[in-house]
Amino acid sequence: MLANIKQSKPAAYAGMAIFAVVLAVLPFVMGATLGNTWVRNLDLAMLYIMLALGLNIVVGYAGLLDLGYIAFYAVGAYVYALLNSPHLVPMLSGTGFEWLLHMPLLVVLPLAALLAGIFGVLLGSPTLKLRGDYLAIVTLGFGEIVRLFMNNLDRPINITNGPQGVNLIEPVSLFGHKFSQAITVFGIEFRSVHLYYYLFLALALLIIVVSIRLQSSRIGRAWVAIREDEIAAQAMGINTRNVKLLAFAMGASFGGVSGAMFASFQGFVSPESFILMESIVVLAMVVLGGMGHIPGVILGAVLLFLTPEVLRDVVNPLQDKLIGERLVNPENLRMLLFGIALIFVMLVRPEGLWPSKQRKAEFHEDDDLKAKDAEKEAAHG
Amino acid sequence: MANQANGEVLLEISGIHKRFGGLHALSDVALSINKGEIYGLIGPNGAGKTTLFNVLTGLYQPDEGKFTFKGIDLFRKKPNVVVESGIARTFQNIRLFHNMTALENVMVGRHVRTRANVLGAVFRDPKTRAEEAGIHERAQSLLDYVGIRKHGGEFAKNLSYGDQRRLEIARALATDPQLLALDEPAAGMNPKETDDLKKLMEKIRNDGVTILLIEHDVKLMMGLCDRIAVLDYGKKIAEGVPEEVKNNPRVIEAYLGASPD
Repeated sequence: MLANIKQSKPAAYAGMAIFAVVLAVLPFVMGATLGNTWVRNLDLAMLYIMLALGLNIVVGYAGLLDLGYIAFYAVGAYVYALLNSPHLVPMLSGTGFEWLLHMPLLVVLPLAALLAGIFGVLLGSPTLKLRGDYLAIVTLGFGEIVRLFMNNLDRPINITNGPQGVNLIEPVSLFGHKFSQAITVFGIEFRSVHLYYYLFLALALLIIVVSIRLQSSRIGRAWVAIREDEIAAQAMGINTRNVKLLAFAMGASFGGVSGAMFASFQGFVSPESFILMESIVVLAMVVLGGMGHIPGVILGAVLLFLTPEVLRDVVNPLQDKLIGERLVNPENLRMLLFGIALIFVMLVRPEGLWPSKQRKAEFHEDDDLKAKDAEKEAAHG
Repeated sequence: MANQANGEVLLEISGIHKRFGGLHALSDVALSINKGEIYGLIGPNGAGKTTLFNVLTGLYQPDEGKFTFKGIDLFRKKPNVVVESGIARTFQNIRLFHNMTALENVMVGRHVRTRANVLGAVFRDPKTRAEEAGIHERAQSLLDYVGIRKHGGEFAKNLSYGDQRRLEIARALATDPQLLALDEPAAGMNPKETDDLKKLMEKIRNDGVTILLIEHDVKLMMGLCDRIAVLDYGKKIAEGVPEEVKNNPRVIEAYLGASPD
């Protein structure tokens, strides 16, 4: 594959240039044709891409089934929310810790990643000896624990403001410009949603680059080795404990970045945003797209995030037009389609919509064996 | 052949016990392997050979005993520590990373001798790039060494059985071992493949790696090993040069049953 790219370098560069232009103008095209809601959806899709890529490290590379991944999104979101809202001001004023509030983005973002990463290690360490179903159940429990903490940490000291959530979160401010205000450059008006789009795009690209580089490194090989055969990986001198914890930490830190951006984008966070269903949706994105394969995971994230939005836009007008009344709630239809799509994919393409060569091979082991047998028979006969 | 071993002790265990619940899988096992020799381990099925193997490579933690390698204490140490100090192994039922290429399998073996961390992987500093190139080069030359270089780009599971065995040996050699432990490497091989394997093992030994070998093929063992230990019911019942072991009445009894008189 690498050879192919090298052979057609000019073509590859041209392709990349076109792709870059498409990405750059996308929010304006979408805004002009479908309205600003869709630019907003685009922004949220970027956040899900980051989330899915983070979970992909844990599930796709290292093969550790994590059903509580949204907890790290929550940690990132709350870190940003608490440090950039009036909520903690009364508690911190006069304690000498006021400097914690309103730190620049380039400090808050790594901090959110770091704290989420630490949570990744904390939640990962008790699960090191668990595999498969057991690991899934424990991580599911951890995800819920984090959410319940957010829900109940308003007493005895009000840290998270409980189920009411944290409000009035400040938007991102970069180079002295607040993202809540539009800015005009070269006669083009960049509105808040546009600015967030470019910021999220940059972060998503950063996460993609980090993912790619990790994958083809000593660390990435160790992850895949553990996924393939943990005992053999140990026998090759891989410290499986550390390498697994590293996977949890890296995955969680991506989730933390995404969460922090979610908080600033929404201006409000509450525990409701971090329910189990969210973990499952992100996992479905990874599985549906193609575990361990970055383009597949991105495709999965975009498809699964945008489908319900499309349904919301299409189903009601369609019902109004065809039958004159609204019989089906698009929200319910979403779950139905979700289920059908997942069952269909698992039956027809268990390796995902856009798998890596490696994964494809994995899921078609029988076919390979059959082909081999056929070959042998042909050779003998 | 025994004279190739220079008598310097590389690995030494004594008083090793391993119990699984009520089963006393290893009982007071002692042996020492000299530098440069091919040391064979034989015994009837269920004698505890693989258990001993797993103890020597850190996969099982023995209950009691002493275990030193090059004078380093390895008693109850984790597998990665054992590998780092210079013992590598293969498995009785081949345990390759099936969905990685042959080359990648060997590259994983370099893990323990390389240092790149997350930052290195992400920023690809010159040191990391040089290390990665070194890993690649070494893996290629090891594939060449065991004679499967042309299969480097294939998934491990698509290799023929004999080549998978070779790949496992190459992967183990990638950890730069001083002691290579092979668990029934000739199982399921035809005479030609077995003969090739024997040559490979001799080549590895001549390149300075000591070999510990479990094998059922008695003919192969007799022709290859400098010394052989015999296990039966978790106890060592004999040890010595092949000729001695072959004529030892306790060994004959263990394999063929007690003679009537």
